Amino acid sequence: MGVAKYTKDAKGQITDVTLQSGIHVKSFYGPEDLERIGFSYEKDLADPGAYPFTRAIHREGYRSRAWTTRQYTGFGTSRETNERFKLMIAHGQTGLNVAFDLPTQMGYDSDDPRAEGEVGRVGMAVDSLRDFETAFRDIDLAKIGSGLTINAVASIMLAMYQAVAEKYGYDARVISATPQNDILKEMIGRGAWIFPVEPAVKLIGDTIEYSMTTMPRTNPVSICGYHIRESGATPAQEIAYAILIANAYIDNVLPRGYDIDEFVGRFSFNFNVFGNIWEQVAKFRAARKLWAKNLKEKYGVKKESNMFMRGLFGGGGYGLTKAQPENNIMRGAYYALSAALAGAQTIALCSYDEAYTIPTPHSAVISLRTLQLLMDEVGLRDTVDPLAGSYFIETLTKEMEEKIEGEMEEIRKVGGIIPAVATGYIQRLVSRQAYDFEKGIQSGELLKVGVNIHTEGESKDVELHEYTGETAERQIEELKRVRRERNQRETARTLKDFEQATRAGKNVMPYLVECCKAYATVGEMTNVFREVFGEFKEPGLF
Amino acid sequence: MAKTIRVLIAKPGLDGHDRGAKVVAHALMAAGMEVIYTGLHQTVEQIVAVALQEDVDVIGLSIMSGAHIPITEKLVRKAGEAGIGDKTIVVGGVIPGRDIPRLRELGVRGVFPGGTPFAEIVRVIRENVRRD
Repeated sequence: MGVAKYTKDAKGQITDVTLQSGIHVKSFYGPEDLERIGFSYEKDLADPGAYPFTRAIHREGYRSRAWTTRQYTGFGTSRETNERFKLMIAHGQTGLNVAFDLPTQMGYDSDDPRAEGEVGRVGMAVDSLRDFETAFRDIDLAKIGSGLTINAVASIMLAMYQAVAEKYGYDARVISATPQNDILKEMIGRGAWIFPVEPAVKLIGDTIEYSMTTMPRTNPVSICGYHIRESGATPAQEIAYAILIANAYIDNVLPRGYDIDEFVGRFSFNFNVFGNIWEQVAKFRAARKLWAKNLKEKYGVKKESNMFMRGLFGGGGYGLTKAQPENNIMRGAYYALSAALAGAQTIALCSYDEAYTIPTPHSAVISLRTLQLLMDEVGLRDTVDPLAGSYFIETLTKEMEEKIEGEMEEIRKVGGIIPAVATGYIQRLVSRQAYDFEKGIQSGELLKVGVNIHTEGESKDVELHEYTGETAERQIEELKRVRRERNQRETARTLKDFEQATRAGKNVMPYLVECCKAYATVGEMTNVFREVFGEFKEPGLF
Repeated sequence: MAKTIRVLIAKPGLDGHDRGAKVVAHALMAAGMEVIYTGLHQTVEQIVAVALQEDVDVIGLSIMSGAHIPITEKLVRKAGEAGIGDKTIVVGGVIPGRDIPRLRELGVRGVFPGGTPFAEIVRVIRENVRRD
């Protein structure tokens, strides 16, 4: 989805285009449009690298540094994941983005009854430090940064990352992890939440505080408009909710006595790229500007580089189709183009087979090549913000900005982002929209190639990533060995210290690092949180 | 007047991708059915208990994680044990074509991979519930 609505007359001429965020596109734009929106180069754009950073956060853009390519990778055991990491690095990938299996994301050990059938299926299974030792073996953690796509137990994974790095001789100050660590978006979409809103947000505050003092190259939180959009939000809502969520995390850290300039510069974002190309470009430009304005005007951030909206723009999973799967390769190319035209720092693409399966090595490399082709072959690094000054793009960017501000206002009206998530207001809104979009696709009001236009009848299955029960068996065997061989007294001691710290409301991170080093399991650590915090109660759908 | 069809939309397992489940819930309601939605992270035992308690006609499983076969096998077994093996079971989600025969063998009446038209889902449910 994400296509605009087109109205045509009897001759087939387009008479109206309505973008997903509700903006109408005219047949052409001119100087009078810039006049109408009160366009000012200094106020609305400024040069690349200058406030409000609409054009780019760095003056030289991709000339100084191409975007980081970071395909989402991980499946089976840590051994298989390590092999795939090395394959992607050998093919020129410059950062890792670790996928975890569902038991790990939900804090269950691989031999927990709730993990049955899920071990190693949608990502790598992690039970203890032993798995990280294998996954990151022979990878230069001082050079390669790692995205850790995990949220409810991101604190545990970040602690484990520090533990593995130190075990391999790296100083915590040189490593760079980017845990996703955005629990409010999990409650809106994606659903990998465990604990209630308040302690869940407090844990994020802990990781931000700890990173600031101990792992300064870590980006402790990656706020994901991405999944909110996948769940049915419009591009304007995607940005609006992400900024409000980021503010909720800031508001958790500030009362701990820090200056905002000490930590906000490490926040990063993850946004989606499917849909109308112009709307995406305008969305990212408006988002950069609004984030900078929000930090400067609302929070009084002083240092300009702390106002950068850095992020991973990519994915586009919901835009992909099962029908005519090879078309997804082309879709990916256009999605990446819009991210690159909008100045993304990091880009990842869903692979063309992802509507069916975990990407095969072949399809993962095609995604990487798509990004490299844009970077090295067709000119996306030539000049910064190449669409700037277009009557259309500047008007649209301004209109997107207004739409985003309007969506933020709607949330303020219901009491702010935390009540809007806790009561299910946003969840109900986006699921209703998702239903309307599906109806639009099914009625043909919204066009989708291969689905409701240019169709070919039955589509064939693509090559599938094979999952076997052996993965779980091997993982459980290894887990049992770790449990048997570790220093039991040390594990018990670190878990007890961690529990006391959790109950006392202390920052849990240093205690988690000790637990990880003592080979406490993910399940054991999460159970402490479950006991102390309880679980999130999902609001009703209707 | 025909009895209103009651459908339980369930999200078994640990996966939290619920866009599809919620969209289908809306579509079934629009078609005049009563929908009960379990919410996320349900065990098969919990789903069977709700199906029993709510006396539904249909159990709809939404599974995106790839674990559709083991989960469905377990659901069919547990529903049988609970004496509700006669309910119409349908499954939707990320379901590769090659897995459809196995799901049918288990007694699943409708398999709905992503992109299945709402009309098709409604038709299959109505036909099966009527036949029952």
